[in-house]
Amino acid sequence: MNGNLKALSFKEKMKYQLDLAKKNYDCYLFLAPFGLLFIAFVVMPVFISIFFGFTDYNLLEAPGFVGLQNYQKLLVNDEIFTQAFRNTMIIAVVVGPLGYFASLMIAWQINELNNVLRAIMVTIMYAPSISGGAIVIWQYIFSNDSYGYINSFLMSWGFIQEPIQFLSDTKYMLTIVIIVMVWMSLGAGFLSFVAGLKTVDKSQYEAGYIDGINSRWQELWFITLPSMKPQLMFGAVMSITNAFSAGAVSTQMFGSPSTDYAAHTIINHLEDYGGVRFELGYACTIATVLFVMMIAINEIIQRLLNKVGS
Amino acid sequence: MAKNKEKKLKRISRAGLARSVGGSVFNFLVLCVIAAFMVLPLLYVVSNAFKPLDEIFVYPPRLYVINPTIDNFTNLASLMSSSWIPFSRYIFNSVFITAVATFLQIIFASMAAYVLEKREFPGRKIFFKLVVTSLMFSTAVTAIPNYIIMNSLGIVNTYFALILPAAASSMGLYLMKQFMTTSIPNAVLEAARVDGANEFLIFWRIVMPLVKPAWLTLIIFAFQSIWATTGNGLIYSETMKPLNYALNQVVTGGISRTGSAAAVAFIMLLPPLTVFIISQSNILNTMASSGIKE
Repeated sequence: MNGNLKALSFKEKMKYQLDLAKKNYDCYLFLAPFGLLFIAFVVMPVFISIFFGFTDYNLLEAPGFVGLQNYQKLLVNDEIFTQAFRNTMIIAVVVGPLGYFASLMIAWQINELNNVLRAIMVTIMYAPSISGGAIVIWQYIFSNDSYGYINSFLMSWGFIQEPIQFLSDTKYMLTIVIIVMVWMSLGAGFLSFVAGLKTVDKSQYEAGYIDGINSRWQELWFITLPSMKPQLMFGAVMSITNAFSAGAVSTQMFGSPSTDYAAHTIINHLEDYGGVRFELGYACTIATVLFVMMIAINEIIQRLLNKVGS
Repeated sequence: MAKNKEKKLKRISRAGLARSVGGSVFNFLVLCVIAAFMVLPLLYVVSNAFKPLDEIFVYPPRLYVINPTIDNFTNLASLMSSSWIPFSRYIFNSVFITAVATFLQIIFASMAAYVLEKREFPGRKIFFKLVVTSLMFSTAVTAIPNYIIMNSLGIVNTYFALILPAAASSMGLYLMKQFMTTSIPNAVLEAARVDGANEFLIFWRIVMPLVKPAWLTLIIFAFQSIWATTGNGLIYSETMKPLNYALNQVVTGGISRTGSAAAVAFIMLLPPLTVFIISQSNILNTMASSGIKE
């Protein structure tokens, strides 16, 4: 009896959904252009990547199923991947939180300024993230010879006698990638914070002040942050995705692969196997691992942020 | 007691909120130091582009130019014109790809955002959840399968290889949908429906004009990603390669190209920055609604 009722209600539910779909068929027409492209170039690729990760596909021969062999190689036998994983994690752990809190604090302080100053500051802070090809300037800044801006500065002030080999000494490479990435980290999340701060209801501050809030830090913690939680979550997604996407900066500064793989990241490793060696099956394994890492960390941070203030 | 509160409130409205002058000055100074860190490398990009060669190699390096010149740009132009593809062709490719992809992205994202935000239909929630999830991983993850798919569609080595993936930007759809929550009153849509307007007319005549501020935001994000693309691996024909590819070829030419390389960095920096400066207030207007709501 009970099961019957359930089956019936499920059937009814399906019928209701089908009716709803029929009645609103035009919605699917509106969705179709974006939807088809999105499925073709975002959704399907993820599944294809997972699938080819279990094969030895190399573009020339038909892919053969190899089970977990790629994963075994990746996690146990590929020392360069271990190095790339380590580098990626170090970069992400520094650049992610640093970029996130810098975005928030800078946006917060910019919000105190008048309109003209604010517009100038927002442009200055945001400019590096859209500078694209201008990142080449960091090669001059860290250049190995005495013409490098930093070397020149350090030598003229007598800190060092000989120029430091910033771009070829493996012990500086990761730090340089981190500096450049932090420089570029005030992106969409930062804009979201700046915009979000402007929309916080002013009367809330006055009410809070009467309730005994007497410093700007208390104001930030008790009023501002809780009322811009959606922006905080969006900014977190942007920061995490950006922090784990390290690769282009390393290639541009040190070439790929970098000396002794000192600045090699998971994305560099992926590009190496996918674009240079054409071991697409193995490259897809790397892509899948990166995909799972990024989704997992994003979900964890979203859960944590959701708890803040509730 | 009540008087006390009133007094306190008065003090707020006079002196702003809980602020000490010393704290404000200190914070502003910190902000200026950070701003210097952000802007210095870019100032070098700008000044290097206008430095004559001897000034680029001067020791110690200078932030400013003494004898500004446009030699770097003319050298770059003559370098480019000596290649067998005219320079203007690369510019055309980049402008064409960026314009078409951005246009399609705005239309497609707005259409999808409209029904996702303002209509009820099965599959709506799961589709949007997929879009939000796709913001969480980098495009490097999908690069290889993308190539395989494009290969089977036969669009490798056509403009479509760069245009179609860019037209389906989940960031664009996401921002557009969030923006529609606040910018399009449901009452307006209802009124139009009562008057007998069909959905397409409503979308074109009411929704699109109302989300104009969001267009500019989509344009800057689309612009910045498409402008920076080199088309490596997707475009083989020299005649269809984007500007960034050609400019990169100049930069890798070694020390004799240093002046031209400085001009290249400047050219790559200028368009996205200009678009941002012009449209900043519109962009912030859109980003205010960018938050992830549960």
